[in-house]
Amino acid sequence: MATTTLPAAHQVGRSLPRLEAREKVTGRAEYTHLMRLPGMLHAKIFRSTVAHGRIKSVDVSEARKVPGVYAVYTSEDVRKVIPNPYYGPAFHDQPILAIDKVHFVGEPVAVVLAFDPHVADQAVQQIVADYEELPAVFDEVEAAGNKVLVHDELKPAGTFADLKHLKGRKGTNIALDFRLRRGDVEKAFASAAHVFEHTFRTQKVLHLPFEPFASIADYRDDGVTIHSSAQGPSFVRTEIARLLGWPENRVRIKVPYLGGGYGGKLYIKMEALALAMSMLARRPVKVALTMEEQFYTITKHPSTFRIKSGLDKDGKIVARKCEVWWNGGAYADIGPRVTQKSGFTASGPYDIDNVWIDSYAVYTNLTPAGALRGFGVPQLVWAYESHTDMIARALKRDPLEFRKQNLLRDGRPQATGTILKDAAIEKVLDRIAERLNWKRPFDKGTGTLRRGRGFAVALKAVISPTTSVAIVNVAGDGSATLYCGTVDMGQGSDTAMAQMVGEVLNMPAESVRIVPRDTDVTPYDMGTLGSRSLFHMGHAVRLAAEDARAKIAALRAELGEPEGSNAPLGDLFRKKYGMQAGNIIGTGTYKPDYIPPDADGLTANATPFWMVAGTGVEIEVDTETGHVRVTRLINVADVGKPINPKIVETQLSGASLMQLGFSMFEKMHLDGGQVTNASLADYKIPGIHDVPLLMENETVETVQENGPFGAKGVGELATFGLSPAIANAIDDAIGVRLMELPLNAEAVFRALRVKDNKPLGDE
Amino acid sequence: MAARTINFTLNGRPVTADVKPHHNVVELLQSQFALTGARESCGQGLCGCCTVLVDGKPVSGCLYLAVFLDGADVVTVEHLAEPGKLDPVQEAFIECGAFQCGYCTPGFIMMSKALLAQHADPDDQQIRDYLTGNLCRCAAYPEIVNAVKMAARKSKAGSTG
Repeated sequence: MATTTLPAAHQVGRSLPRLEAREKVTGRAEYTHLMRLPGMLHAKIFRSTVAHGRIKSVDVSEARKVPGVYAVYTSEDVRKVIPNPYYGPAFHDQPILAIDKVHFVGEPVAVVLAFDPHVADQAVQQIVADYEELPAVFDEVEAAGNKVLVHDELKPAGTFADLKHLKGRKGTNIALDFRLRRGDVEKAFASAAHVFEHTFRTQKVLHLPFEPFASIADYRDDGVTIHSSAQGPSFVRTEIARLLGWPENRVRIKVPYLGGGYGGKLYIKMEALALAMSMLARRPVKVALTMEEQFYTITKHPSTFRIKSGLDKDGKIVARKCEVWWNGGAYADIGPRVTQKSGFTASGPYDIDNVWIDSYAVYTNLTPAGALRGFGVPQLVWAYESHTDMIARALKRDPLEFRKQNLLRDGRPQATGTILKDAAIEKVLDRIAERLNWKRPFDKGTGTLRRGRGFAVALKAVISPTTSVAIVNVAGDGSATLYCGTVDMGQGSDTAMAQMVGEVLNMPAESVRIVPRDTDVTPYDMGTLGSRSLFHMGHAVRLAAEDARAKIAALRAELGEPEGSNAPLGDLFRKKYGMQAGNIIGTGTYKPDYIPPDADGLTANATPFWMVAGTGVEIEVDTETGHVRVTRLINVADVGKPINPKIVETQLSGASLMQLGFSMFEKMHLDGGQVTNASLADYKIPGIHDVPLLMENETVETVQENGPFGAKGVGELATFGLSPAIANAIDDAIGVRLMELPLNAEAVFRALRVKDNKPLGDE
Repeated sequence: MAARTINFTLNGRPVTADVKPHHNVVELLQSQFALTGARESCGQGLCGCCTVLVDGKPVSGCLYLAVFLDGADVVTVEHLAEPGKLDPVQEAFIECGAFQCGYCTPGFIMMSKALLAQHADPDDQQIRDYLTGNLCRCAAYPEIVNAVKMAARKSKAGSTG
């Protein structure tokens, strides 16, 4: 197809359906969980049944006797092929299989390999482990007291310079403490007219992508190929190469589409285990988890947030102190980064002269926690927007006017000292208020059905600094192919990137081919995370396409084409090479400027762009049951200039509905560290009947000046404000305040009974 | 365990397969027919990712034992499109942007086919009730409801014109 002869209108700003849509609706899209390699073995995992214990013995003899079993391995075997088998992005603390100790219920202890997965499953049941149980700690605040220690010694990775001082530290569960000191909060509290202090908590929830984690490793002595459901193939390659002591070019990571990720499939998950098993078995090995096993792999951080604000007599917030404890579970994963990066904005989108932030990543004996669609920010917004609303109500101030009085505006320093720019906080807030008809009276209901409304607004600093590299290859017929490591897990990145290539090269986005991610051919990218890709990879893709465009222009000049010539690209190649031949390769690398925070957490450049979003809700509360129904849900976001408005809308809608589950009912129930509802039967996620009948998604008219084509990231935005918006609406409806998620019927009903002086007993 | 030979119609063609008593439909389709459109996610018949039509009725392929397919007529998502032409439901899912990651999409599409076979012109409530057994972690539910309505319009236009 002569792509250049198609009409080439603007590609950026089109609501183009996803490029891979046909593959997805015909059931042919490729996912790692569904892949098979010839001669492949299936791995099934034997997991710890205690939260903290010394391994006295692991008896695999009966498992080995099960007919059809190929092999059974423990950490003893793993260490024969990988002597130091610890991995992780921030700390090298997670063993491929438990060594000497287990640190959480569900930790992998042994593996059975078989050609028939049912055989492997049966054999796992024959393994017997004996543990000397040790005291365990589950609560993040309790763990921060260091009475029970999860690890004997901290093992930070070399990856992050600012974690080096923690190397070899003993006697602590605190993997990272981030502090920010701006002004003098204590002095400001002392002279404040009003001081408010509240503590908020969030529960343990998880990503639950419908394609559970899967990795297939095919190890050979001269190289290894790993197919994996990974959000960051470049990081996986680096980490696997490190474990092997190999150069990166002998490690190949291939990533097809992902059946959801939401942050769960970041960094390194099952890849190291698949590698070790393939090394031992000398065959391809597939590690594909079940839905249940995801509950023992990675979760969101439960958190405790103590927040204190001082106000002057006019209602201006003069000081805010934030202490946040992040329950990181047994291994650090990316918790230290969640702790630090979300710490930047823990005081919220407000203009406050005196700010104190302490943010602690804490080890506990639970399933490890990582990034989940917001990198900690939803937990923070839950607290600071509930707190802000409570202050407004206590002072009998209108919550909208109170926020507007204190709002952070462009040109003013954020808590880190970085000057706010292109952050449409007020616009977002105003649009929510307009859509809610906030100034007009609201029907609060009668009898047992009460109505309320609430809203919240949030600010996030995108993770920085990170690097993206892209290649645009124009073939002899003029068609273009893009090589980029951004993983399309449903967010529509392939489509958006193709639109940017098409915009620069003046060709329809549909004609741009995106190469599936393969570290042998797709260049480096830090990872598909934190809403960074559209901005960072978008810039790299833009630069690569511009580089190709410049080379095309040079070719035109070389061939004596007149200025402004529109000769099709294919004709240029034919003229140059005498036939359809040759390539033009454009490359682009993008890394934004960044200044790391000083010892007080202050920096003049915390982030290349600010993420801003807000949520408004109308709800109904049944006061006889405590049941809350969200009847109207409004998401308003600042995404800069949308590259693909339809995909942006789907992202906003999907993120808020996911957060609806985390707000209203999702909760991992834990008993002595054991998850007691590890299945979709017992862990409810949002279904079609949970969708509010009225849903509105809006992007405010803005331009991100330093963004590619004026755009910035979207994926996490609509998760930020929902939980506090609902809690604020519950307060509006029935005058009770919930300080812990989820906001389920039991919590509401208990709070109502407390309000009526008839509290219910426990359970 | 001994395998048993079964005969059934798969996507319009007669087929034979050797299955063990514990094999479910998803395993059979994936391992012996390289059809991955029906896929197991929750493994409990709760998410609908494994939906296929057996004698016109939607079933959860992760719970439905393969031996029960003996003599049945089985249709999977791979059978809906003709070369170069998608089914109206598939077209509507694309046009309405009714998915993100796409893992649950074949299940929703098969269930929507079953819905439209029973109710040619469903209202929103019927759609929500019918699709309540299918889950989407990306939560593209509003778009899915729109897609089913669009598919109904497309099917009607297709059958009358």
